[in-house]
Amino acid sequence: MYSNKWIGSLYITPFVIGFLLFTAFPFIASFVLSLTDARLQDQLGAANFVGLSNYTEMAADSTFRQSLGVTFAYVFITVPLKLAFALFIAVVLNFKLKGIGLFRTAFYLPSILGGSVAIAVVWRFVFAGDGLLNQALAGIGIGGVNWLGEPTTAMFSIVLLRLWQFGSAMVVFLAGLKAIPEDLYEAADLDGASRLKQFFMITLPLLTPVLFFNFIMQIVQAFQEFNGPYIITAGGPLKSSYLLPLMIYEEAFKYFNLGYSSALSWVLFIIIAVFTAVAFWSQKHWVFYAQDRDDKGGH
Amino acid sequence: MASSLNPADHGWRKHLPVINAFVRYGLLILVGFLMIYPLLWMIGGAFKNNAEIFSSVGFIPKSPTTDGFINGWKTSTEYTFATYLLNTMKIVVPKVIVTVISSVIVAYGFARFAIPGRKWLFALLMATVLLPKSVLLIPQYLMFREFGWLDTYLPLYAPQAFATEGFFVFMIIQFMRSLPLDMEEAAVMDGCNSFQVLTLIVCPVILPAIISVALFQFMWSMNDFLQPLIYLSSVEKYPVALALKMSIDVTEATSWNEILAMSTIALAPSLILFFLAQKYFVEGVTSGAVKG
Repeated sequence: MYSNKWIGSLYITPFVIGFLLFTAFPFIASFVLSLTDARLQDQLGAANFVGLSNYTEMAADSTFRQSLGVTFAYVFITVPLKLAFALFIAVVLNFKLKGIGLFRTAFYLPSILGGSVAIAVVWRFVFAGDGLLNQALAGIGIGGVNWLGEPTTAMFSIVLLRLWQFGSAMVVFLAGLKAIPEDLYEAADLDGASRLKQFFMITLPLLTPVLFFNFIMQIVQAFQEFNGPYIITAGGPLKSSYLLPLMIYEEAFKYFNLGYSSALSWVLFIIIAVFTAVAFWSQKHWVFYAQDRDDKGGH
Repeated sequence: MASSLNPADHGWRKHLPVINAFVRYGLLILVGFLMIYPLLWMIGGAFKNNAEIFSSVGFIPKSPTTDGFINGWKTSTEYTFATYLLNTMKIVVPKVIVTVISSVIVAYGFARFAIPGRKWLFALLMATVLLPKSVLLIPQYLMFREFGWLDTYLPLYAPQAFATEGFFVFMIIQFMRSLPLDMEEAAVMDGCNSFQVLTLIVCPVILPAIISVALFQFMWSMNDFLQPLIYLSSVEKYPVALALKMSIDVTEATSWNEILAMSTIALAPSLILFFLAQKYFVEGVTSGAVKG
């Protein structure tokens, strides 16, 4: 709307300063730190340059390999399940029935509250030895399971916490479903296409932009999960839920190894960057944009 | 559904819409029950005595008691829970305010001005959304240590005064771009400068987007745990999130009702806001995904 570049630049100055000071500088500094043996309690001047040894050390670090393995397991289990479930419920909800708004509220609520410590605490009580889940199972004659004490079930408990928060992905899917013109389905009905066929031939292709958005957001978030493992399982037992963000935190603030922790955080960054880059690169093969709206180009 | 109105249909097929609705409702009720039950159990448990929490799966307390609230409020520390609630507000309120102001100003610059290198700057803005925060954690910590900001609230909201949360800026940009320009152009004709246009014309119109941003930032800041964990060391400055974590470390084995009561109080502001303003959350979360 305005052509005076200098006034416009003034408006975005806060972002430029904030980006340089709180994002770009720390981002580069963390890579530099990852090449040193800096310790939390020492002055930075005391740190030595150690080259890539923090990175080579990882290859021999069984804790790191364990952490990397469970992080991938966690992401590969939660993201597809959460997206599939969110899409399934969105399709069920996308129907003119009374009380649908009430269900949407009920399903959305957990993803607003789910990141809080209070919910993590409740989760810990639900899965505790004498907690809600074991009481319910005892009611139907199943003996107590040591949910947080066994590696597989401990992981299951934090996976379930994230699946429980499928609501925000569902709301996005629902908005995408509402945007699909109804006459497409009417035409398909006339052609005698089954509901299942309509889902795969109409719904799914037209939802791919929304699916793409949800996929990226869920991947990025899942790789950064911290509260669940920290509060519910403390990363255990036997480091079975010791996700990478928890390891990064503990290396820095419990063992004071800033150099090694920075190197770990760069590995996490590279993993996320590779996933997002592949997703963006691949979108031309599977994401279907119905019309190329040019409202992104500005005025 | 149209096919069911066809008189040629007979047999079970004519009941299909009813069966369809029945199955849908059944599924939704089942899933909804599982979703909400942990919350009901938390609230119910807050009003139970400890023996009952361990002995019944129902959420309605048989002999309701407020012991959990009374004892939980005292906490195991020298401060009451009120201190922690107040501390939370001392972090959340400034954070929401500076987030809204800085995001609106920066979004206005992006949405309405021909800025040199805008495309690149916008790409950087979006990149900050995807950048994992843990890669910034340690240098930011060291930087704030140099500033002498450890054990203060400044590290928790000072960065947000510089529009560091790209998601919010993006939400407002999207909203601004969907608006017609005639009002703003008329105001310029009448002699308003661009800042007057922003405050007098644009801000009232983008109020829904501003409310969405404020609500999301409120919720996320209430939930924030890792940042306070790193920066705050004295208990008197703890927000609710840290106080709750501390309470499960100290009293978990015995007093579940106290912890459930304080969890309920901790979630109450978010719960109330969610029910009052659900529309804004839905609009906020979908604006980036669908309009874009």
